[in-house]
Amino acid sequence: MLSAGGTVLAADAAPNPWFDPSYVSDNWDTILSYLGEHVRLTVAAVVLGALIALPLALVARRNRWLAAPVLALSTLVYTIPSLAMFAFVAPVTGLSATTVLVGLVLYSLVILVRNFLAGLQSVPPDVQEAARGMGYGPGRLFWQVELPLALPSFMAGIRVATVSTVALVTVGVIVGHGGLGQLITGGFNANFYRAQIVTGALGCVLLALVADLLLAGAERALTPWARRARS
Amino acid sequence: MNLLQEAVSYLNDPFNWSRPNGILDLGAQHLRISLIAVLAAMAIGIPVGALLGHVGRGGGFTVALSNISRAVPTLALLTVFAVTPIGFGPTATTIALALFALPPVLTNTYVGFRGVDRDVVEAARAMGMGERQVLVRAELPLAVPLLMTGVRTAAVQVVATATLAALVAGGGLGRIITLGFRQQDYGAVLAGAILVAALAVLTELLLSALSWAVTPGPRRLPLGRVRTRRPEAAEVAAAA
Repeated sequence: MLSAGGTVLAADAAPNPWFDPSYVSDNWDTILSYLGEHVRLTVAAVVLGALIALPLALVARRNRWLAAPVLALSTLVYTIPSLAMFAFVAPVTGLSATTVLVGLVLYSLVILVRNFLAGLQSVPPDVQEAARGMGYGPGRLFWQVELPLALPSFMAGIRVATVSTVALVTVGVIVGHGGLGQLITGGFNANFYRAQIVTGALGCVLLALVADLLLAGAERALTPWARRARS
Repeated sequence: MNLLQEAVSYLNDPFNWSRPNGILDLGAQHLRISLIAVLAAMAIGIPVGALLGHVGRGGGFTVALSNISRAVPTLALLTVFAVTPIGFGPTATTIALALFALPPVLTNTYVGFRGVDRDVVEAARAMGMGERQVLVRAELPLAVPLLMTGVRTAAVQVVATATLAALVAGGGLGRIITLGFRQQDYGAVLAGAILVAALAVLTELLLSALSWAVTPGPRRLPLGRVRTRRPEAAEVAAAA
């Protein structure tokens, strides 16, 4: 460095490409294990969030006075920055994947409650009346009438929740369980190794797009009547 | 509850507030970065969104933009700008945050201008307003509620996301959290989390009040309203 005298040293010119196929092939196993963690956390967070959000939305719909507090609370939770959320949870669950999962479930829960409630409220009262008049009990009414009608709104919520959860998992690096986010900060800490950073970032975006496409396909398969009406 | 006491005592120590790189220093940095990022996003997003909405083109583009932006992890964008020749520091953080603030501002402005009743525009033209007057005096006041929703969403998102800058050696209040994790000082972690969460909630409340104040016509408080539309059209996820 001292003898540089205006010329570029080999050390300065070390290649730091934005993308390097050999990095991907050399570290395939590492990438796959982080990808696996990313997928597991995302699926678990959305499924658990949906399982909690559905009863909440059903209760909030039945008791109208509950709807406003539930929505206000969900806005509040949604406002809390993800890093702070993980920091709130970390003292209880430690530096584990559980910390990340709890935070992610809270966020997906908040998105899903809103969409589930909106979906349930969009069912026309006439249809409910007609079904009741035909002798449908509350269980059958939900499964055979309300759920199919609310499904587009439900699926929209699940898609938004999934895509944002995929992006949010990366913040889990703060407790060492950030899925592909580990590659991003890992590359940053390894002297700004661009190939690793970009691989992690691209992986996240691709994962989100694939998940969204799969869910869009699932929505199409689950609502054949909508397709028939459109064509 | 020992931990909560630690956090409270951290927050009660005046030295933690006033020292260099203390809460006041980092908080000011946090707010400065956030403010510049939101203003930059508004400077680009509002005119572009207004024009697109006025001529009624580019709806697919804005919706696609906001959908794609949700899939890009904030951490990735913050990191990518930090390893460009810009280098890590406030500039890289500000650019990344401005990019994140752009989609909600753009989309909501577009939807706001697009949703203006065509009859109102016709009436304004019939009264002899020029194209610019129609845009500023007829469409803008009607688009303000949605426009402000976009700004509010963007601002809360930016204030929340600025926390993540600390993960890639940036500044802001997130540094208290990352430092606390590194030193296994969970009292400080909790204190930082409380500060950051409070700042985000305050931003939300402040901007809700502001949007209420600038909305013409019959006023409704924006909090606690039951929204029945799908979220992707008008409101873009605010999580960081």
